[in-house]
Formats: sequence, structure tokens, C-alpha cells
Amino acid sequence: MATLEIHDLHVSVDGEGGPKEILRGVDLTVKQGETHAIMGPNGSGKSTLAYSLAGHPKYTITGGTVTLDGEDVLDMSVDERARAGVFLAMQYPVEVPGVSVSNFLRTSATAIRGEAPRLRTWVKEVKETMQRLEMDPSFAERNVNEGFSGGEKKRHEILQLELLKPKIAILDETDSGLDIDALRIVSEGVNRVRDSGEVGTLLITHYTRILRYIKPDHVHVFAGGRIVESGGPELADKLEAEGYEQYTKGGVS
Amino acid sequence: MAEAQSIPAGGAVAVAAESTVATRMSAPPSFDVADFPVPHGREEEWRFTPLERLRGLHDGTAVADGSVKAEIVAPDGVTVETVGRDDPRVGRAGKPADRVAAQAFSAFEKATVVTVPAEAVPAEPVRVSLHGEGGVTYGHTVFDIGRFAEVVLILDHTGDTVRAANVEFQVGEGAKLTVVSVQDWADTAVHCSQHNALVGRDATFKSVVVTFGGDVVRLHPRVSYAGPGGEAELYGLYFTDNGQHQEHRLLVDHSAANCRSNVAYKGALQGARARAVWIGDVLIRAAATGTDTYELNRNLVLTDGARVDSVPNLEIETGEIVGAGHASATGRFEDEQLFYLMARGIPAEEARRLVVRGFFAELVQQIGVPDVEERLIARLEAELAESIA
Repeated sequence: MATLEIHDLHVSVDGEGGPKEILRGVDLTVKQGETHAIMGPNGSGKSTLAYSLAGHPKYTITGGTVTLDGEDVLDMSVDERARAGVFLAMQYPVEVPGVSVSNFLRTSATAIRGEAPRLRTWVKEVKETMQRLEMDPSFAERNVNEGFSGGEKKRHEILQLELLKPKIAILDETDSGLDIDALRIVSEGVNRVRDSGEVGTLLITHYTRILRYIKPDHVHVFAGGRIVESGGPELADKLEAEGYEQYTKGGVS
Repeated sequence: MAEAQSIPAGGAVAVAAESTVATRMSAPPSFDVADFPVPHGREEEWRFTPLERLRGLHDGTAVADGSVKAEIVAPDGVTVETVGRDDPRVGRAGKPADRVAAQAFSAFEKATVVTVPAEAVPAEPVRVSLHGEGGVTYGHTVFDIGRFAEVVLILDHTGDTVRAANVEFQVGEGAKLTVVSVQDWADTAVHCSQHNALVGRDATFKSVVVTFGGDVVRLHPRVSYAGPGGEAELYGLYFTDNGQHQEHRLLVDHSAANCRSNVAYKGALQGARARAVWIGDVLIRAAATGTDTYELNRNLVLTDGARVDSVPNLEIETGEIVGAGHASATGRFEDEQLFYLMARGIPAEEARRLVVRGFFAELVQQIGVPDVEERLIARLEAELAESIA
């Protein structure tokens, strides 16, 4: 069973006046089949955690370890991490001019699966997945994220999640900028992947509303660059009622 | 009517300069080099060009001391002649527009005339290969395409030379000419060439200009119409490496009624000192009612520091037209794009290839000559491999 283990992770970014530490000792274990919600106020370092796990060059790991089934993730390049089974659904997906969605998806699936998917089954697979996400077929001919609305970008991220079937899915604020219908559609997509039981999900969010659609097994409160409290789904209800104030006031950030 | 778009480049990599007047040159077109003052570099038509790298083509000091090896493969029925300067077919498609083109016209000794007779439809392309063997060369070539003929013409430029030339495409009534001109020079070559197409009544002229090599390449693809109903499609593709200057200056002169033109040029640049210039002038004269024209330039900047100047320009003297527009945009291939593609398992090298291939795909398809397309794709891959290494 796939397991992502994060131990005492410290991460900094270069800022004016030298490196600034954002993550200050994150400990977290995500197993296949589990869903962990990471909740926290703006600026607490949630997205830094997501991008650091995916290997974004902007972030420097200054301490700690991340392993996937014992393999050192931090030693892998960005593409190696993806091929190892780590998927990051981005909050702000990037436009890639000149590359169509269909070409992109196929190139990506070929890289992840280690061989080109057979054309006939692939076309069907993409079409059906798009239908479930209520995406127009013409979408496949557009350039990656170019001129996409906020909702289209997020659907496109979840389309990739469904097609690439990672071991560990990190969803960075997938709910942001979505209206209620789009939130439902996107959440259903995530749930289809979760229902396979083969993915460990790390759901990063500021708001509790997505948790109405995607039920977490574990909820962690993130503040000041580390996890400050962990619990079951009931912790989300508490946050909904009380907000993050108690975690940010005590000088942890 | 005219519309201009400019997508911000996300950095100081691209400059869309102010539109300029198509006809605002320092001197009117002329066959005589003496009619053009030696440029100093601030003239509208020279302000982007590194004059010091033209090796004297612009100031009369470049003496014809070199040679090019020319090979022409002509299908049955197509004739190739070497003619004197006084041949009536020389100079019909247009006059030199700047000092270097006029220098070429004043300096060449013999012109090559390739004739495709009326109604001929050769199954194979006409292939003209010029291989530079060093030194300065001047040239003049005329392609005389008879009425209702249909032909594909491939002009291939390789090797090393400092060359100024004029190339004429005289496209007869109802004829269809496709020209593919590949500039695959050695890195030290200098190439200035004016392409004059005179498009006959109801004729179709399609030009695909592909520029990879050279130290300086400065081309002037120009189109005018001899009668109504003509159609011109001008496509271009350039891959500008570090230290290269590649400049394409187009003019479509709509002087006849009911003609169409469509221009699409795309370029990729890599390396801090890669420099590309695209000037797209379209002139719609008062008599050119029913004109339909569009021009587009797109640039993809692959690395920091490369610079593109893209200047689309439309001058309209009649409102009685079908349509006229232009668009220019320059974007960067950024680290964020690379990260996004790699985060989906795609290795860095393949990510870059994916983007560049996608960018050029629609233009490559326009060529329609399989061996040229294949060579082009291979060349693109090689250019990219170089950039990664």
C-alpha cells in the first residue's frame, strides 16, 4: 500500500533580505485510500507544502524527509515525482500556448504509464471522463489552460487526476473560484478517484465548504508553517464555527 | 477594420513598436543603387538591422569575390536559362526597395530564368539549391510561371556566403505557385534577399519562408497584383538562435480589386542575443475594392534576453473592402510552464519540444511537401536539442 511520509519538513523561499522559512517542521503520513484535509488561514504555508512536495524550484528544502513507499521524493526531479505517483492539482494552472489539451493529456499519460496508451481505448477514456466532468468535447482542441475560465481550469486539473490515477493526489485549493455547480462536479470527480481506494488524498483548503462533498478521514490545522492540531472530521466543524483565530493568535505564526 | 492585439510578454522580452507608414522609406523603389543613400541605421527600414554585420552589402564595399554552387532540378517541360541583364523578363515583378536589393540588382552579371510553360502541371517540385562556398555573391533569379500552370518550387540555401539577391515570381493568369524558401545557412552567412511576387489575374501565390541559419538573414517577401482576383498566402517560420539576427519584412500591396492576402509568420527564439524582427505592411490602395486581408505574427521566446520586434501595419485608402486585420503577440516559454508539464510526468526536454512543435505545427502543415516537412521537423528537434545541451 502506497504511503507518503513527511517528516520534520523545513522549507524556505528566497525573499528580499535573504531566505525566509515557510515550513517549520511538518510531520504527516498519508496512506493510500485515506483523505486528509489540511486547513489553515492564508499565509500559513499550505500551498508551500503542496508545491514543495511536487518539487517546484522556487522552494528550498532546508531539512526533513519526504518518502513515498520508502523512496526519497526530495531527491527526485519534478517529472520523476509525477511518474512515481505524486500528483498536484494546482490552484493556478499555467497556460501552455501551442499545446492542445488532447496532445498534452496523451503525452502526460504516456510518460506516467511508461507507454503510449492504445489510441482507441484512450480516446474513449478521455471522452467519457470529460463527459462526467461536463466538459464540452471541443475543449480537447484548445490550448492548455489558454483562455480557460476558473472553473474550466479546475475541471481540467481533475480530468488529469482521473486519467493519470496517481498514488498520492495533492489538491491545492481546488475549491477556490468555483461556483456551487462546478464545485459539485469537481468534487464528484475527486470522489470517483477516491472510491477506487487506490489514492491517498491531501486536500488543501481554506474553507470547509468542499468538505461537504469530499469527506475527509483526517483533518489537520495548519498554522505558522506546521500542523498545529489533528483530528477527525469533527475538527472541520469546529473550524467552521470558530475560525482560525485561536491558532493564529498564540504567536505560532 | 484594423484591429491590433498585443498580449503582454510577461517581461521586457518583446517590443511591439509603433506602426509605421508602409511607404515611408528613405527612398522610393529603384533599380539603381545610386538612388539610395548609404544607410546610417536610423532610417525606418534599417533601424532594427545590425549594419556592421552586413559585411559591406549596404555601403558598396562588398565586392563580388565569392561563389555559390547552384543546382536546379527541373521536371520535364520546365526550362532553365541563364540570361543577360537586358532580358525583358528581368525586373518585371518589382523594383528593389532598399539599398542592398538595389546593390544586388546593380551587381549581378547573369540572371537565371526558370520557366514553367502555360498550363503545365509538373508532378514534381522544381528544386533550386544554392550552396555558399564563401565570399560575397550577388544574384538574380526569375521564376516565370505561365498561365494556368501549377507548380511547387523549393529554394534551398545552405553553406556560407555574404549574399544579396532578388528573386522574382511572375505568376501568370490563373496559375498556382507554391514556393518554399529554406534559409539553412551556416552560422557565419549573411543573406539579404527581396522576393517580388507579381500575382496575375485569379492566380494563387503561396509562399512558405523558413529561416534557421545565418548570422544575419534579412528577407523582403513582397506581393503585388497584376489583376483582380489574385490570392496570396504568405507563411513564415523562423528559429532564431543566440547571436543570430533574422528579419522578415513583408509588404502586400493591394493595388487591384477583389484580391485576397493572408500572412502568418511564427518564430521561436532562444539565447540571450537572439534577435528577430517582423514587419508586416499591408497597403490597400483606393482601387483595391473588395480586398480581404489578414496578417499575423506570433513569437515564442524560449529563454531570457532574446528580443523580438514585431510591427504589423495596415494602410487603407478605401473603405470598400471585405476585411482587413492584423495581430501580433509574443509570449515566453516560462519556468512555470516547464514546471506544469513536468509535474505531469513529462521530462524537461520533451516539454520544450512539445511546446515548440505545437507552436509551429499549423505552419509546417502548410508546406505540403513531405520531404521538406520532415527535414524541417528534424531541424527543429536539432535546434531544440542544442538549446537543452
